[in-house]
Amino acid sequence: MNDTRSPLQTIVIYLGALLILVWSGGPFIWQFSTSFQLDKALTSGSPSLIPDPFTLEHYYNAFVEKELHRYVWNSMVVSLATTFLCLFVGSLAAFALSRLNVKGRFGILMVILSVSMFPQIALVGPLYLVATNLGLLDTYTALIITYLALGLPLVTWVLFGYFETLPREIDEAARMDGVSIPGLLWHIILPMSLPSLVTTGLLAFITAWNEFLFALAFTSNIDRQTIPVGIANFTNLYYVPWGDIAAASAVVTVPLIVLVLFFQRHIIEGLTQGGVKE
Amino acid sequence: MSAAATVSGIGRPRLGKALPGALWALLLLTPAFVSLASVSFYPIVNGLYLSLTNTSLITQENEFSGFANYVQLWGDAQFWNAWWHTMWFTAASTILETVIGLGMALILCEAFKGRGLVRAAMLVPWAMPTVVTSKMFGWLFDGQNGIINYILLHAGLIDQNINWYGSPDTAMTTIIIADVWKTTPFMALLLLTGLQTVPNSLIEAARMDGAKGWITFWHIRLPLLMPTLLIAGLFRALDAFRVFDLVYVLTGGGPADSTETLSTLSYKVLFSTLQFGYGSAVSTAMFVTEGIIALIFCLYLIRQIRRAQ
Repeated sequence: MNDTRSPLQTIVIYLGALLILVWSGGPFIWQFSTSFQLDKALTSGSPSLIPDPFTLEHYYNAFVEKELHRYVWNSMVVSLATTFLCLFVGSLAAFALSRLNVKGRFGILMVILSVSMFPQIALVGPLYLVATNLGLLDTYTALIITYLALGLPLVTWVLFGYFETLPREIDEAARMDGVSIPGLLWHIILPMSLPSLVTTGLLAFITAWNEFLFALAFTSNIDRQTIPVGIANFTNLYYVPWGDIAAASAVVTVPLIVLVLFFQRHIIEGLTQGGVKE
Repeated sequence: MSAAATVSGIGRPRLGKALPGALWALLLLTPAFVSLASVSFYPIVNGLYLSLTNTSLITQENEFSGFANYVQLWGDAQFWNAWWHTMWFTAASTILETVIGLGMALILCEAFKGRGLVRAAMLVPWAMPTVVTSKMFGWLFDGQNGIINYILLHAGLIDQNINWYGSPDTAMTTIIIADVWKTTPFMALLLLTGLQTVPNSLIEAARMDGAKGWITFWHIRLPLLMPTLLIAGLFRALDAFRVFDLVYVLTGGGPADSTETLSTLSYKVLFSTLQFGYGSAVSTAMFVTEGIIALIFCLYLIRQIRRAQ
């Protein structure tokens, strides 16, 4: 189609692409640069993108004063546990819906998906009471159980979509060979679905890593608080420590961005297959 | 859907094997059902019950009080204030994100150098924790040293610093901008996949007939994209309606309640005043409003699809 484009159209497209790039990357690049600048430079009234002088002071503050690594550890434990549970429970459900001839499976899928649209604020009060009664406040368990349910709809949906693309002749052949139903899932379907498992796992991980509301309500000290709660509480008595916040932001976001960029093709495919299949 | 049904017919077990298959299905679905039932359905039902009681964690009361909470809610200026803010936020951010997202998608649809890079960069705002986005916008839009003020000032667009989220006049706008920044690129990626399903041959044919770009967009691409646009819009609206992190971290609902939304109000009633009865009434009212929004969207969607057929 290139040859039908006028020079003006080409300019508009490249300008638009540049705008999108600045839109998506600009704010975080500025945040990243901020994390290496002295407070004095940040408030000098003449901001510069290149840190001068370059400092690691904010990273020191974030880790030593604010103990960022403890929040990171909590987030790691909760997010990894959530990811594996989501993949386990989600693949069982998606397999049953895709392969076991369940009646009304699209109805069930719709119900599962609509659950993810419930306002979370309507869940947090009753769940808080349950957690209090079971002595689960300030535990990883409360967060993991909650995040499992938050991540499950999307994980099930995406895995179901992927399982549907696997040819059914494989099932037939395996069943002929006397492979049991769990064997079919474990030895045949799951190994074939590795790319999709990685993507959905990443989605579940991001959901748990970024969640704020339940973490805020269910945890009250640094032993169990996750990163979003930690960063939200990053304030000093007399001023807002923008540099320290920027450093913490960089620490918790850069790994995520690297992962996402690495798996970007799979993520976009995974997330949009529902829409395309309509 | 009918295609999927026929496909599943091939794998259908013979009658003799039907029972174990069904049992297995039940067994495999149980963990998911238990999880969703206990963490999603139970709280909704329990919240509905709590909203009919005077439960308070301070006074330790929990007696049935009928519709007293809802009567109080109806006359509660703070609730309606938050309700309108939430509606305004939902409408403004959804419309902006859909329109700008469509613009981005149309650009990404064209072939140009570095398209992969642009598409990858668009996932950055989406992947970033909302709390980080919120703090980041706090710094970008800082009233004193914010880079946005600096740029606008030096471009001559404003003649003095704007106290973006520190002033009731501009606080909500700042939050909408932050939300639009975070969500639009992802919206664009969703719409892009929709656009790519529009057959190129249709557009080529229209161009052969001498149709200008604008006309092919308006008469071919947009109508075919409509279902995707509406579904993406629906999900976006339902998500925007629940906005919590962004507001709670950036302004906490202030200044002067100018950014209070239903989620932040519910949270405060629940966890600051510990009135779980009244707080549940607020969140139930929110659930009902969200249900109505979803219903209106779905009815409109069904009508659009019927008309298209």
